[in-house]
Amino acid sequence: MRIVEHPILDELDTSKKVTIYCDGQPIEALEGEPVASALMNAGIRSFRTTQKRKEKRGIFCAIGRCTDCMMIVDGVPNTRTCVTIVRDGMQVKTQEGLGSFEEKKGEDK
Amino acid sequence: MKIKEVDVAVVGAGSAGLSAAYQAASAGAKVLVLDENHRPGGQLFKQIHKFFGSRAHQAGTRGFVIGQHLLDRVQESGAEVWLDTLVYGMQKDCALGVIHEGQHWVVKAKKVIVATGAKENYLAFPGSTLPGVMGAGAAQTMINVNRVLPGQRVLMLGSGNVGLIVSYQLMQAGAEVVALVEAAPNIGGYGVHAGKIRRAGVPVYVSHTIKEIRGKDQVEQVEIVQVDSKFQPVPGTEQVFDVDTVCLAVGLNPMTELIWMAGCEFCFIPAFGGHVPLHDENMETTVPGLYVAGDVTGVEEASSAMEEGNLAGVSAAQALGLLTQEEAEAKKGEIRARLDILRSGMFGEKRRTAKLSQLKSMEEYQLKKGGAV
Repeated sequence: MRIVEHPILDELDTSKKVTIYCDGQPIEALEGEPVASALMNAGIRSFRTTQKRKEKRGIFCAIGRCTDCMMIVDGVPNTRTCVTIVRDGMQVKTQEGLGSFEEKKGEDK
Repeated sequence: MKIKEVDVAVVGAGSAGLSAAYQAASAGAKVLVLDENHRPGGQLFKQIHKFFGSRAHQAGTRGFVIGQHLLDRVQESGAEVWLDTLVYGMQKDCALGVIHEGQHWVVKAKKVIVATGAKENYLAFPGSTLPGVMGAGAAQTMINVNRVLPGQRVLMLGSGNVGLIVSYQLMQAGAEVVALVEAAPNIGGYGVHAGKIRRAGVPVYVSHTIKEIRGKDQVEQVEIVQVDSKFQPVPGTEQVFDVDTVCLAVGLNPMTELIWMAGCEFCFIPAFGGHVPLHDENMETTVPGLYVAGDVTGVEEASSAMEEGNLAGVSAAQALGLLTQEEAEAKKGEIRARLDILRSGMFGEKRRTAKLSQLKSMEEYQLKKGGAV
């Protein structure tokens, strides 16, 4: 959920929007925000699964340190979505295990 | 591979790094600041509460306003700032391996100041890896910088200042904080922050910890339990809350990877979050020409980080011959006086003692080495 009005901070400017795709589904994002924040706003909390136990993982540190939020972004696996800024038309995929660059095949830019 | 040569390279554009860059550049040094993030300011822009201290510490001003002032000063000082720039390594001679705009660079600087900050601690218990469990600082970044609410019903673990402040800020952002849980018998942070969340009606459970988080694919329920004086769970005291988010505010640890690479000597100080680099009163480490400042030298808070940055920047400029000894000593005297105030009082005392022991370890190292480094 977006925090538009805030008691301390200025009202959030939501005028500049872009669209990214998460596992094929269009998601509205704000220009300049990280992928993780757009996904969290869309209610998506599971970003990847672990290699051995296939457990779901989401955002933990949100500053690019813990690597729990890694996904396949525009074909590149292990991309830290909390420090990767959205781009219109960006393709984001849930990463299974270690991920693979093969995902790049068939991607339309 | 391209080569960039500067007088001073600063790694990290947060509280400490920007302060260091400002001081060095103002003295006339050619300064380059490197930061991995898209925006400068480190963690300052998520601090929307008013800072403490005296007027000299910009007390009463909110963190993000202080951040903006700092950015303006750095811009005026003429320091160059490279954002979206990864520093992946440092050699023994302090040459930095850097990826900037997709290209590899070697940054060679006469003096390097590392101000990489700290990262949040994690705590392991059943269910602690479920999506919806996050660092309190992560939640703070989400609500105050990215302006997205991580959940509607939140349980906070840890009652230090981070736990208290973020609980309050989550409420300001529109979330409900159902409980604040603390394993120690007392609240850890400042009374003024604790008072705010108590007045807001948040139940505080001291001498309690999380037993388990339950949920299929994400956080759905959290079970807490009372602990005895030896921090062991007391059977029969379990309570269950329906929540969608659990925040962990269980401390931070310094991000020292780069300075380990350079071969710095370290000591272990639990009050500072773990292994911290030895440094002298000018913030210079055991590697000549390599300085440190801010949370990477031991986890404190933003005001101390800015002052340590000031100290490192002035010291580097002095070592480069850009400030006379009198000029530098006058500046350093003022900075150290402000640091002393920040490290005083009921809460600052522990940090003052820790810093003294760190400086003492450095002295011992220098003596063993046979004089000054």
